[in-house]
Amino acid sequence: MSETRTTHGLAAIEAMFATAKAQGRAAFLPYYPIGYPDYETSLAAIEAMAQVGADGFEIGVPFSDPIADGAVIQSATYHALQQGVTVRRCLEAVRTLRARGVTQPMLMMSYANPLLAYGAARFVADAAQVGVDGLIVPDLPPEEAHYFAESCRAAGLALVFFLAPTSNAERMDLVASNATGFIYVVSLTGITGARAELPSDLMEFIARIRQRVQTPLVLGFGISTPDHARQMNGLVEGFIVGSALVRAGAQGVDAVRALAQSLRAALA
Amino acid sequence: MERYIRKTTPNVPNARGYYGEFGGRFVPETIMPALDELTAAYDEALQDPAFHAELAHLQATYVGRPTPLTYAKRLTELLGGARIYLKREDLAHTGAHKINNALGQALLAKRMGKRRVIAETGAGQHGVASATAAALLGLDCHVYMGSVDMARQKPNVFRMRLMGAEVLPVESGSKTLKDAINEAMRDWVTNVRTTFYLLGSALGPHPYPMMVRDFQSVIGMEARQQILAATGQLPDVCVACVGGGSNAIGLFHAFRDDESVELVGVEAGGYGINTDKHAARFANPDVSRVGILHGTRSFVMQDEDGQVRETHSISAGLDYPSVGPEHAYLRSLERAHYTFATDEETMRAFQTLSQYEGIIPALESAHAIAEVIKRAPTMPKDSVLLVNLSGRGDKDLDTVIGLLGSA
Repeated sequence: MSETRTTHGLAAIEAMFATAKAQGRAAFLPYYPIGYPDYETSLAAIEAMAQVGADGFEIGVPFSDPIADGAVIQSATYHALQQGVTVRRCLEAVRTLRARGVTQPMLMMSYANPLLAYGAARFVADAAQVGVDGLIVPDLPPEEAHYFAESCRAAGLALVFFLAPTSNAERMDLVASNATGFIYVVSLTGITGARAELPSDLMEFIARIRQRVQTPLVLGFGISTPDHARQMNGLVEGFIVGSALVRAGAQGVDAVRALAQSLRAALA
Repeated sequence: MERYIRKTTPNVPNARGYYGEFGGRFVPETIMPALDELTAAYDEALQDPAFHAELAHLQATYVGRPTPLTYAKRLTELLGGARIYLKREDLAHTGAHKINNALGQALLAKRMGKRRVIAETGAGQHGVASATAAALLGLDCHVYMGSVDMARQKPNVFRMRLMGAEVLPVESGSKTLKDAINEAMRDWVTNVRTTFYLLGSALGPHPYPMMVRDFQSVIGMEARQQILAATGQLPDVCVACVGGGSNAIGLFHAFRDDESVELVGVEAGGYGINTDKHAARFANPDVSRVGILHGTRSFVMQDEDGQVRETHSISAGLDYPSVGPEHAYLRSLERAHYTFATDEETMRAFQTLSQYEGIIPALESAHAIAEVIKRAPTMPKDSVLLVNLSGRGDKDLDTVIGLLGSA
């Protein structure tokens, strides 16, 4: 890990994909929410994952009504809110992680309401200032992107949109023409949460996207094991693991580090 | 035939589902294509006379429409002001206005070839209406209901199960309507290919607020004709309770262009709007601002960090932190006004209507009656006040017995 960040925002995300590609592998982007099981442990967990080779992070900002999340992340983020975690505190967390030497790209993941309550333009400006590189907002389709698009463009932050197995060609084009940084590909028709197997039609789904879309693809939802990670290599530019790491977080930082290490090692 | 769905108007929503600055579609990508598909199917159904005919037939022969308009003579005399008329949605099959929308959407589900319907419910009236429509049309029905609401609306849980619906308890968050909607949306995200989400109020992502309004607009269309026939004039004021706001928008819609008619929505004031126990989204800007919940941009009760607040109302059907976007829009235009009734005022209204008219109202509807009790005495005797009695109160007897002591 280098000691200072030389690139920021979109450029940092592009560099992340370039490095992984040069090593012939997919990038590994763990999701972890601030405040679970407590504020300090969540920061320590992210630092630990940075030290065992995570390529970037999806930093979860808790919301009271997370409609895209399954039971594990719902309960972890509810727990975080009970302990007083706020949007402001999540921004402070990123500032602290940067100060502690975490240089990987960090994207903030939250729902539209808390970010709009903070103020869309103000949030983007403050996020860029503390060292955030992009935004992921699962209830913000491209049709409603205008709340954030201009601010993100001005600050050079990525604004990530989603594609799902239900997305048709028209929506693929719409998402591709709006997304910056990467497209978050939802592996299955459903909500977040670890699954035993990856969906059987995944290859076909990715191929369908590739026919129309040049943007890097990062796969998420349902990915939890080193075996899944191995299957990602060569298929997509990156993948996200969330619920499995959050579950490990209940046992503490060592469990998170161990799982992240095994996921990263599977990419070799 | 057209009289059961009004699909006209006033330039709202626009093609993106916006009513002024309110509305829209804030949902995960997975269900965006389903919303497009639903919008197209609904538009197509509206062009098909057979769809209108089937809904009209069921409304007349199954629901019992038109529901009557009742002159509340003794209540009028008691209050000594405006002549009070009740639109009797409590007499619709299943005991509330919810059936109008449930039947319309269930017919649409069937038309789209979706055999499984899911619904959320607060008071249980929309759950019962959905279970009813599903039983009638042979659809598989799953209803999400907060466990707190299940406890306070037991008879409705039993009704749904009796009609073959599966009632799924929701244990997350405040365990009320808001959380039931979260869970129904998660189900829809997961099963969107085979499942129709039968949403019960004029909220959620486009096209739901529009579609629910259209299916409920029969209330206002009937009431407008009936009040003209009964009094020879338009009402001076229309009053309805507002949770998500489907019965109110259904009443208001037909009067929207009648500029002389004042439209008044009544929110749940709970223990009072200066406490943290209410659901009056429009009443107190310290606790409620424009935000996004359940796919739509409207007023949302939230803290400074944008976390949605827990709400309180004596009536499960009004216990919801957001409000349909068209209400926010009508308010912004000052075309409709919104006030509130506290739990205590509501309980008094509940008893007054029971004693003076022999009609036991739903606790939701009793909020509208509470506003009538405040307002009628201030109005001239030749004026006309129309109130939507959106549902019957049998489902609330447990709650009321708990508060009043056994009769």
